[in-house]
Amino acid sequence: MTLAEIANEFGLRIRTGEDRLREEVTGGYAGDLLSDVIAHSRKGNVWLTIQTHPNIVAVASMKELAGIILTGGREPDPETLRKAEEESIPLLVSSLFAFELAGRLYQRGISGTG
Amino acid sequence: MAQAEENMRFHEIFHIEGGDFTNAGAISSRVKKILKEAGFPGQIILRTSIATFEAEMNVICYANQGSLSLFIAPNFLKVVVEDEGTGISDVNLAMKEGYSTADDRVRELGFGAGMGLSNIRRNTDEMVLTSRLGRGTHLEFVISLEGADRSVPLLSSGG
Repeated sequence: MTLAEIANEFGLRIRTGEDRLREEVTGGYAGDLLSDVIAHSRKGNVWLTIQTHPNIVAVASMKELAGIILTGGREPDPETLRKAEEESIPLLVSSLFAFELAGRLYQRGISGTG
Repeated sequence: MAQAEENMRFHEIFHIEGGDFTNAGAISSRVKKILKEAGFPGQIILRTSIATFEAEMNVICYANQGSLSLFIAPNFLKVVVEDEGTGISDVNLAMKEGYSTADDRVRELGFGAGMGLSNIRRNTDEMVLTSRLGRGTHLEFVISLEGADRSVPLLSSGG
């Protein structure tokens, strides 16, 4: 499944990274503690978080994640948007909370071990 | 040590400002770019980036200021991080995963998971951490290039 398909199916708002939405997502990780995400996320994963500050872009870029989904309708900080544009990191917003969205993604074949 | 210095191909020192969360990650990004441009293998770049990011964040979260030095030698990469700050009262306890002294502000930003030092240990081949309470902390780690793709180009000496 690609981020474009995820955005379409679950009504996510795309904030940055339009050009990278066709890449296949390898799996997913959910977490708000950056060191935990650094330790356990894998390349190509989609990352669900409620953190909105620019450091999430640094983490996603470092781990070469497919993109970040801000859950619970949280909007990225202006500086986060700017950095995400600069580093071509897809940033999407879901009105669903992390548990709900992760469950739905799992049902569509995106697992936490990919 | 003297021999290692003779063989040093690259050396650069970065300044880190404590509490500067807006520029957090800037130094590890620069280190990553330097290694990428030098043509190091992806795994080496990733491991060094992770360890450098965590070390940089520790200075930002817990110290007044510090420096991060990157050394590139033919057989290894070495990073030395020195800071002036609160220091660590019990280094062994600090190394324990989950242990953290982070304040609420730091935790709200998603730091203070108590995983930073163990992330550094996991991604490096050697790690030394020493600290004086109320003075500061000294961290060094080494990532071996033995066994990795050794086609490291010559770099001009910086810093």
